[in-house]
Amino acid sequence: MSVEPTLPDHLFSELPVTAQTTKEVGLTAAEYDNILTVLGRTPTYTELGIFSVMWSEHCSYKNSILQLKTLPRSGGRLLVEAGEENAGLVDIGTSPDGKQWAIAFKIESHNHPSAIEPVQGAATGVGGILRDIFTMGARPIAALNSLRFGNLDEKKENARTKFLLKGVVNGISHYGNAFGVPTVGGEVYFDDCYAGNPLVNAMAVGIVEVGKTASAAAEGVGNPVMILGSRTGRDGIHGASMASKEFDESPEDMRPTVQVGDPFAEKTLLEATLELIASGVVTGMQDMGAAGICCSTSEMSAKSGTGMSINLDLVPLREPEMSAYEIMLSESQERMLVVVEKGKEHIAKAICDKWDVPITQIGEVTGDGILHISRNGKLVVEMSAKPLVLGGDAPVYEREWRQAAYFAETQAFKPETLPTTVSHEEAFWKLLASPTIASKRWIYEQYDSQVGSNTVLRADGDAAVIRLKEIPGKAIAVATDCNSRYVYLNPYVGGMIAVAEAARNVACVGAEPVAITNCLNFGNPYNPEVYWQFREAVRGMGDACRAFNTPVTGGNVSFHNESRNNAVFPTPTIGMLGLIDDVGKTVGSGFQSEGDAIVLLGNLAVTEGLGGSEYLKTIHDTISGNAPALNLDEEVRLQTLVIAAIRGGVVRSAHDCTEGGLAIALAEKAIKGGLGAVIDLETSLSATVLFGEAQSRIVVSLPESNFTQLKSLCVHHTIEIHRIGTVVHEKFSIAGLPERMLETTVARLTDVFENAIPNVMKA
Amino acid sequence: MKFGVVIFPGSNCDRDALYATSLAAGRESVPLWHKDTSIPADVECVVLPGGFSYGDYLRCGAIARFSPIMQEVVRFAERGGLVLGICNGFQILMEAGLLPGVMLRNSSLHFICRDVRLKVENTDTAFTNAVTKTVVTFPIAHGEGNYFADDDTIKQLEDENRIVFRYSDAAGRATPEANPNGSRNNIAGIINKQGNVLGLMPHPERVCEPVLGNDDGMMLFTSLVNSFVHSFEV
Repeated sequence: MSVEPTLPDHLFSELPVTAQTTKEVGLTAAEYDNILTVLGRTPTYTELGIFSVMWSEHCSYKNSILQLKTLPRSGGRLLVEAGEENAGLVDIGTSPDGKQWAIAFKIESHNHPSAIEPVQGAATGVGGILRDIFTMGARPIAALNSLRFGNLDEKKENARTKFLLKGVVNGISHYGNAFGVPTVGGEVYFDDCYAGNPLVNAMAVGIVEVGKTASAAAEGVGNPVMILGSRTGRDGIHGASMASKEFDESPEDMRPTVQVGDPFAEKTLLEATLELIASGVVTGMQDMGAAGICCSTSEMSAKSGTGMSINLDLVPLREPEMSAYEIMLSESQERMLVVVEKGKEHIAKAICDKWDVPITQIGEVTGDGILHISRNGKLVVEMSAKPLVLGGDAPVYEREWRQAAYFAETQAFKPETLPTTVSHEEAFWKLLASPTIASKRWIYEQYDSQVGSNTVLRADGDAAVIRLKEIPGKAIAVATDCNSRYVYLNPYVGGMIAVAEAARNVACVGAEPVAITNCLNFGNPYNPEVYWQFREAVRGMGDACRAFNTPVTGGNVSFHNESRNNAVFPTPTIGMLGLIDDVGKTVGSGFQSEGDAIVLLGNLAVTEGLGGSEYLKTIHDTISGNAPALNLDEEVRLQTLVIAAIRGGVVRSAHDCTEGGLAIALAEKAIKGGLGAVIDLETSLSATVLFGEAQSRIVVSLPESNFTQLKSLCVHHTIEIHRIGTVVHEKFSIAGLPERMLETTVARLTDVFENAIPNVMKA
Repeated sequence: MKFGVVIFPGSNCDRDALYATSLAAGRESVPLWHKDTSIPADVECVVLPGGFSYGDYLRCGAIARFSPIMQEVVRFAERGGLVLGICNGFQILMEAGLLPGVMLRNSSLHFICRDVRLKVENTDTAFTNAVTKTVVTFPIAHGEGNYFADDDTIKQLEDENRIVFRYSDAAGRATPEANPNGSRNNIAGIINKQGNVLGLMPHPERVCEPVLGNDDGMMLFTSLVNSFVHSFEV
């Protein structure tokens, strides 16, 4: 259609809008045409800015929503469907006093800011995800994070990895510890593909009484719209659009787009927010993260079909000269937009005064569905909120896709046929010291993992376990997982495995997996090969979620994770929530008692599983082959079995076989438990058997007297059972055919495992 | 026995302290707001919990000592009231002059959260009379817990048996390896001369129930309950 590009006289544009300005704010020519159609006129400069952030992938999911809709997003224990509110809500049961409780949880990326300025990038990632949880009225009870960096070693070219790792851990520690949420789990991987584009995915978990949540809607014409929390400054402008681009500038030049976090402000904002919601005067609330006032005003209005009249002159500013464009797009942290019931402003004010948190009315809800925004007495925005948002008129694209060129080559590669270049013993020690496998103590001891006094298990279990004071006796288990090498080598199977491993992790502490949140980190979606990875991975995740009955509660998509034209491995990080009915019936991963039987649940004499393995990378410097095969039906049976064995008190520890395979899983059980093991596999000791990463395998330990009971459970669930050894005091040995491959001590294992990362960080 | 727990805006272990002390006392502990200008007459022990009082962007506890409630806590302590400072609470007690010394950054320059072993050096205090173990396990979670004082102060603390908790190994030896943060003489917790104010960096309130894998911390709170009952009977 042809639209004469004009601007009505009653609207004011700070700068003229042209094809060039459109490009500068990151919109395509086609999207600009779309804006002209939607508005029937030229946008003001402020309106253009709003479109640019609201139509960025970060806010609109324009390139991903069609795929995301294929995921199971309802059913099970889900109370709020994905995308309905700031985070998903899962029913966890009723307390003795009759109150029904829910868990709100979500994971989000802060990759690009962390690549630019790791301390503040990671800190504000934590702050942002916490606000998503408490803006619903839920008190955060746990945080996790999933991190990816380049290779960690002493080579000079990898020095930036150390800088990034130190900074990111410092940022998470600084923010989460002061805020007062226990950081209880997560994962860290090191691979060259992340060298220029690290991944920082932060997850938060909160608890709320059902019916006491706040909605992200602007209800009630005439109700005051108020801004709560910190002043608005020039930090983080265009953060959302920045997240939707590759790095073509040097990270240093982009520092001004990174926000700066203040955990003390967040802590008082938390308390004020929860008290406000509990007081009953709030009709709607949304946190301000990406795209600030712009996103919160338009999404809250669009959700309830209302409009808003906002006077930006009333917004408390850090710098008085800020333009409407800057105020709308600012991503200053620790702010909330809140709609309060008219006439009850004084109640809200009193609560905020108690916590010394500023609250200021900046406008009111209107009934016309239009956003009216003014600055210095001039109207700078006058448009419907609907075109801006997902489910409204925001663009939705089906991108072109094509099987990646590398796929045929990697699929043809058969790592099991590689000649053995190093002895199994040497390979074992190298794997144990590989940063991806080695102890992450250097990292997790910098996080307060116990504040809240609910942490039952943290690094000592395959998942973290948090007891619930609200429902005595009950607990939740949480874990994050994604082996991105598998996803790279086989996006469909890799997507399935990410969900299966996360579920297996919570199953290994005795929890029933109930729901997931996901953070999908991919390269440029306009590259058809990247889009193929994305489609296939989401398809695999969907199939796995259906098999485990774990619907998706929400999450976040992060595209454009590329630097120097290299995309990261496709990394769909899964955050899994599990439920434990009796907190007394949970187990850790380490051996518990001398004389216990060591048993492998699942296949022993496997012939595949080296594709994409840590063995292949560490020993042969190769990432190729096919991802390990996964049979979902078998995996579900295995997990049901292990949950039953833990809840029935049959086993005393459980740990699944992942990176480094069976041999490393056994070593980890010894290190975590501080007890040795004498292992005889009674099969031919190939690299595949020892270090292969064949799926659906869990090692448990149990009193000898419970073995028969476990065996009958295995028969019932049709899972192979192999008695492979005995827990002993200090010796650790692995034997098989033709001979013993390793004999050492737990002290030596611990030394290598614990010191690998500190040694590199010290160097 | 009734506990009161001070809440600064940046306290984050306040809820844990309320929970643990209520459990120990068998009655609800009361929150004491930082803007309060009095302490209820029925409060018999004041707890300053862990956290970041007013953000602690300045020296830890440097602002908290000027808060209205701290003026009351100082008066309460001077009257002989029992005061327990945990972590940030310990830092505030030093800033307020109720305990000697200062905290430097941990020698590793990192925040550290881990279980540590503590040799209980003195069980003849209101805070430790019910401790039945020589070595207890409490977690630490701090970035600035590296206790420092001049030689004279350290000597005085040693001579007067006022170092109540010392970082140690399982056998109770205060070795350099067992010292997580560089504290002088492995000091983890000290008491004032009068014996009514104790500060310690580790968190007993986090380990008060078997479900959490450790209930060593309960012995400290039980001690307080006992000591009050006894002093009352006397």
